[in-house]
Amino acid sequence: MIYFDNSATTKAAPEVVDTYAKVSANYWGNPSSLHKFGEQAFNLLEQSRQQIADLIGAKLSEILFTSGGTEGDNWAIKGTAMAKREFGNHLITTEVEHPAVHNSMEQLKQDGFEVTYLPVDENGRVSAADLRAAIKPSTILVSTMAVNNEIGAVQPLDEIADVLRDFPRIHWHIDAVQGIGKGLADKIFNDRVDFVTFSGHKFHAPRGIGFMYKRQGRTIAPLMAGGGQERNLRSGTENLPAIAAMAKALRLLLDGEADKVKRQRDIRLAILHHVETFPNVTIFSKDLPVFAPHILCFAIAGVRGETIVHAFEEHDIYISTTSACSSKKHVESSTLQAMKVDDGIATSAVRISLDEHNTMAEATEFNRVFDELYTQFAKLN
Amino acid sequence: MQEIHIDNSNAVKEIYLDNAATTPMAPEVLAEMMDKMANVYGNASTLYGLGRQAHTVMENSRQVIANSINAASDEEIIFTSGGSEGDNTAITQTALARQSLGKHIITTAIEHEAVLKPLHALEEQGFDVTYLPVDEHGDISLDDFKAALRDDTILVTIMMGNNEVGSRMPIHEIGEILKDHQAWFHTDAVQTYGLLDIDVQRDHIDMLSTSAHKINGPKMIGFLYKREGINFPSLIKGGDQEEKRRAGTENVPAIAGFAKAAELLTPEAKAEKRARFHGFKEQVVKGLTDNGVDFEINGSLGDEGENLDHVLNIWIKGISTYVMQTNLDLAGIAVSGGSACTAGSIEPSHVLTAMFGEKSPRIAESIRLSFGQQTTSDEIATFVENVSAIVKRLAKNHSEVK
Ligand SMILES: Cc1ncc(COP(=O)(O)O)c(C=O)c1O
Ligand SMILES: Cc1ncc(COP(=O)(O)O)c(C=O)c1O
Repeated sequence: MIYFDNSATTKAAPEVVDTYAKVSANYWGNPSSLHKFGEQAFNLLEQSRQQIADLIGAKLSEILFTSGGTEGDNWAIKGTAMAKREFGNHLITTEVEHPAVHNSMEQLKQDGFEVTYLPVDENGRVSAADLRAAIKPSTILVSTMAVNNEIGAVQPLDEIADVLRDFPRIHWHIDAVQGIGKGLADKIFNDRVDFVTFSGHKFHAPRGIGFMYKRQGRTIAPLMAGGGQERNLRSGTENLPAIAAMAKALRLLLDGEADKVKRQRDIRLAILHHVETFPNVTIFSKDLPVFAPHILCFAIAGVRGETIVHAFEEHDIYISTTSACSSKKHVESSTLQAMKVDDGIATSAVRISLDEHNTMAEATEFNRVFDELYTQFAKLN
Repeated sequence: MQEIHIDNSNAVKEIYLDNAATTPMAPEVLAEMMDKMANVYGNASTLYGLGRQAHTVMENSRQVIANSINAASDEEIIFTSGGSEGDNTAITQTALARQSLGKHIITTAIEHEAVLKPLHALEEQGFDVTYLPVDEHGDISLDDFKAALRDDTILVTIMMGNNEVGSRMPIHEIGEILKDHQAWFHTDAVQTYGLLDIDVQRDHIDMLSTSAHKINGPKMIGFLYKREGINFPSLIKGGDQEEKRRAGTENVPAIAGFAKAAELLTPEAKAEKRARFHGFKEQVVKGLTDNGVDFEINGSLGDEGENLDHVLNIWIKGISTYVMQTNLDLAGIAVSGGSACTAGSIEPSHVLTAMFGEKSPRIAESIRLSFGQQTTSDEIATFVENVSAIVKRLAKNHSEVK
């Protein structure tokens, strides 16, 4: 089996599952309890938090646990809107965000906030000039993703940081769900960003756990109120087994990151340079440095994305249409739409997404199967 | 990078009487989760086989859960990240969706913070919340409830059973009253799911929240039951998961683990559990009485099933919560000084305050025991011996100082 759908979700690593099991069996107390079970759980919770903080160069108190990327995005956006409403009601984001960001923005729009969606170029990227032009005195939040989940475009985070340095009071949120462990740490954890959100299951941690980096001193209102866990910012009994497992997964992910990134980039390019030689193929994530090393999106004109996905599945190769969330609906990719790609070709798009365990041999096998399928598709047309 | 050391020898080997705070996962549940993490790792929303397999596991689990509360349809079950999310969603989203019908909400003074805090936030936004008082048993009065109900009441949120003192609320009666009223009826069943036989149709419940880690299931997974016809915008927006009612990649292993935990608690298993736990309560009361400990129950003992059988809150006269809790902890017995969910705080309990007033000595001199599947009668005997010994020792020290 070849699993090329790591942007949808990854398989939890065996070591990570092992940590989950051990913690579940031995450290199951409630970290808020004032007895040994609680104390032991609390210590492990804070050790895990420290490990994650160290791995991304943050402070202990800047790491907050969530139930995943979607919650983190909702929280960063709506939590800012609630906390900073008195300072303004204008929010800026991009046209290519994940629905977790996009739909949070749309909700706020209904609640009376004004939202500016920055347009993107043919590579799915916004421009710093557009951002600067969009900023108003009432702007309280800018939310930009690190890596687009559909085509792998990396937003110009350095330039965005430059612009926002001139507006120190605006909250800047980065959805880095697809960007962790992909050689982008310097860009994501820049000295200007205020909130960064992550989802564990995209890097071999369990489902249902994620974390948010929140710059010290920045205020945010809770989305989930109650018992006051996570420094009174995110209530709910902590998922310690998953948290410890996520700390483990992050350490494994970042261990030898540069080599892993290079390998993914090589695999991506091996496939890219193979499929681009076929006349009906359009590549959306081109061979340019502005694309992440692990995502390749392309279309075969005249063949529906789903047909391509199923055809590869017959060969035990798992790829996807443009993103898992929209896979079930028959809608075209919103990113491709924003890039003004023709609807006809957008419905023919598929995505390959790699992780550090994929191999060049898999790429070779993929290319071989691709040739076979391409000939079949050509006959159908 | 330093490895965090986690091993099996670190397990605390103590008597754990704090199961209302959290419970250990049942071995069957952990096994189920391990299996699903290793073998069913597809994204349940993807098109291909791996995803469909995950989807099937999730939908089978949803059916098990729906049956466990006699929901009319499995579509009425929304998986959440736990009790707090269920409560926050049911309350905040209902209020926002229904404000054109009125701004009045009824609750009780002794709800969990996951209910109270969102209500406080709504009050700041102009909603009017009535907090029903409780008597010294932790019970509300139906007359108070009827008197509080207004034409513009849009939501009633009353817990099924209290986490600190174990009192049960008259859910069936409230459901009967509300069935012909516009107000939606939400109940926080975090402490009762897996203990009582819940029937949302019999009791006319519109929304109900639960949390798996209280019933030997995994942490940070729960469900919100939402009767068909009850609609509100999702609290967490994003992809179309959970029929657009809760976005986020579905946590299939935890959902499967939760269903397993629910499945283990058959009506017979629950009945056995209630009987056993009630027996523990009687054992504590008799033991402490026989040993001459001066104590009272906060709430009431009642008959089996009358209150939550796993929760016993006692006032040990003259000994502060903190002292008793630390002495017991030293002796290897874990109890709570109130609700653990008020993260690490030893603030006065709002539940005891509502029952006895803020001047009552009970507020600073009470502990909560809560039993779980692993609790044994021997452990209860050890608890009784230790409390009695601590009381004697402290009394002796006290008189020597004099
Ligand atoms: C860019 C991006 N943001 C947010 C999310 C949401 O993460 P989750 O589904 O884990 O909540 C995803 C993945 O689905 C994503 O790709
Ligand atoms: C009655 C009650 N409601 C809600 C909760 C919150 O559940 P969770 O911590 O799983 O979010 C708890 C326990 O913490 C509880 O006892």
